[in-house]
Amino acid sequence: MSTTTPTAPADPERKAPPAKQRTKVRLGDRIFSGAARGAGISLLVIMAAIAIFLVVKATDALSENNGSFLTDQGWDPNAAKPAFGVVTLVFGTVVSATIAMIIAVPVAVGVALFITHYAPRRIAQTLGYIVDLLAAVPSVVYGLWGYIFLAPKLLGLHSWLADYLGWIPIFDKEQAGVTARTLFTVGIVLAIMILPIIAAVTREVFLQVPRAHEEAALALGATRWEMIRVAVLPYGKPGIISASMLGLGRAVGETIAVAMVLSPSFEVSVHILDPGNNTIAANIANQFGESGDIGRGALIASGLVLFIMTLLVNGAARVVINRRKAFSGANS
Amino acid sequence: MKATTRTRTADRGTDIRTDPEAGMTKRIEVAGLNAYYGSHKAVEDISMTMEPRSVTAFIGPSGCGKSTFIRTLNRMHELIPGASVDGSVALDGQDLYGSDIDPVAVRRTVGMVFQRPNPFPTMSIYDNVAAGLKLAGIKRKGDLDAIVERSLRGANLWTEVKDRLNKPGAGLSGGQQQRLCIARAIAVEPQVLLMDEPCSALDPISTLAIEDLIALLKERYTIVIVTHNMQQAARVSDKTAFFNLAGPGQPGKLVEIGDTETIFSAPTEESTADYIAGRFG
Repeated sequence: MSTTTPTAPADPERKAPPAKQRTKVRLGDRIFSGAARGAGISLLVIMAAIAIFLVVKATDALSENNGSFLTDQGWDPNAAKPAFGVVTLVFGTVVSATIAMIIAVPVAVGVALFITHYAPRRIAQTLGYIVDLLAAVPSVVYGLWGYIFLAPKLLGLHSWLADYLGWIPIFDKEQAGVTARTLFTVGIVLAIMILPIIAAVTREVFLQVPRAHEEAALALGATRWEMIRVAVLPYGKPGIISASMLGLGRAVGETIAVAMVLSPSFEVSVHILDPGNNTIAANIANQFGESGDIGRGALIASGLVLFIMTLLVNGAARVVINRRKAFSGANS
Repeated sequence: MKATTRTRTADRGTDIRTDPEAGMTKRIEVAGLNAYYGSHKAVEDISMTMEPRSVTAFIGPSGCGKSTFIRTLNRMHELIPGASVDGSVALDGQDLYGSDIDPVAVRRTVGMVFQRPNPFPTMSIYDNVAAGLKLAGIKRKGDLDAIVERSLRGANLWTEVKDRLNKPGAGLSGGQQQRLCIARAIAVEPQVLLMDEPCSALDPISTLAIEDLIALLKERYTIVIVTHNMQQAARVSDKTAFFNLAGPGQPGKLVEIGDTETIFSAPTEESTADYIAGRFG
């Protein structure tokens, strides 16, 4: 004890100057860290406020619901006896987004590969620029174009598919359709809409593939396509998945383009070549203006369902990416 | 059926390793070769012969075109946009730059190991070695197993990795990764093995392991190695070629080639002696 007592006061004295220097915070640093922290906290507060508001409004409407929210096909929340169910909306959202992804992902990967590995440099630059530009086109433009131009042009394709592939239930056409404002057309419009964003992100990912890996494949006697298969695609896979998730987010959340193109109904129909079905986002856009309190609550509840669907899909994608983390390019 | 194939492949493997005559090693003759990046001439008028079943080392200061030249030997050079080659490179008399020659086939015949170990990060150790075989159309599991084991043994890596063949190749140490790359290159049974500074990113112990391996591999392959380390050239090679350039922006040229012993003890050219003595470069 006696030995420590004399050293104890000496110690702080010796250490004091460097400690003081280390902890000295400049005014600018303090303001910046305060501002950053404030921004972070306010984001959380806003998120929480939105979540609470949505849940409260949704539960209000759900408690007035006379039907089953999860299984009813109809949507009549503004009637004297409100009854509404989300199943048609979920079905339409899932199907249209699936069609969009099936078309858009392979084409976008192809576009990105062409830009990064096949096109001459000058063409590649121009194409890359155009892809970026397309990604910035507002969705209402795609909606107008889909409704006025594309849908009429697709009538022929609809009957062709029904004629030759009609034995597959989804391509079976029950109504002798005079309109192509169908879920199928919606899927195509969505595909065209999300293609640029997927292509733009995948292109960036493919550009990150180290030249060393490409050369390794080529030196083994790989053709250009084999090199892409061996070195580029596996390395870019997590990026392709992330890019697809971005595109999927845009597809399931797309409101105005779907609302313009689709001729909706509240009945689940697997016949995607017939008009009908509906999506969550388009239904919100169509109904919000004419809804009362319960009607809005019901729409908010459907929005929450969309939110949960997106979370699930994103979670699944994350699992897929993480499962082979040890084999990702990040370790090279 | 399957068992027979496996035995046969394994037999073939042993044959090649025990009997040097069974190797398919070939002589490389280069005549009047120029290599360009766009309009810039990087390598000028190189003529030389690389003997089968021996190690030829390229030495010389940075920028003298050694790496460019070695990449013309398996037609990797022309993959760089704007790059071109004229002159001829003959493998046992067959011109690799002939109009009827498929560059992809050339790269299958002439294997290459790079400066930095570059195993495919998305593949396991096993799949890395099997990558070239799968490209060559060998799909049967039994055949693949046998060749993967033989190649990893040939690269002195088998005992270190045999219990973790399905772990990622990128998880190995730098020296092991480079031996994995050598295993990957020899799995497709090339006739020539090119090594572009294979030890420059490795520690001394891993370097020694690679040098020992080169001594073994030269029984079966024509080996060409670029190195910045003159002791390494002296240790591993039978012939040494010294490259130099007249000045910055000038093309690299072959100054002289000869038996390694002669080049290091009594070179013909003064610049070779100066370089080896460490007076420049």
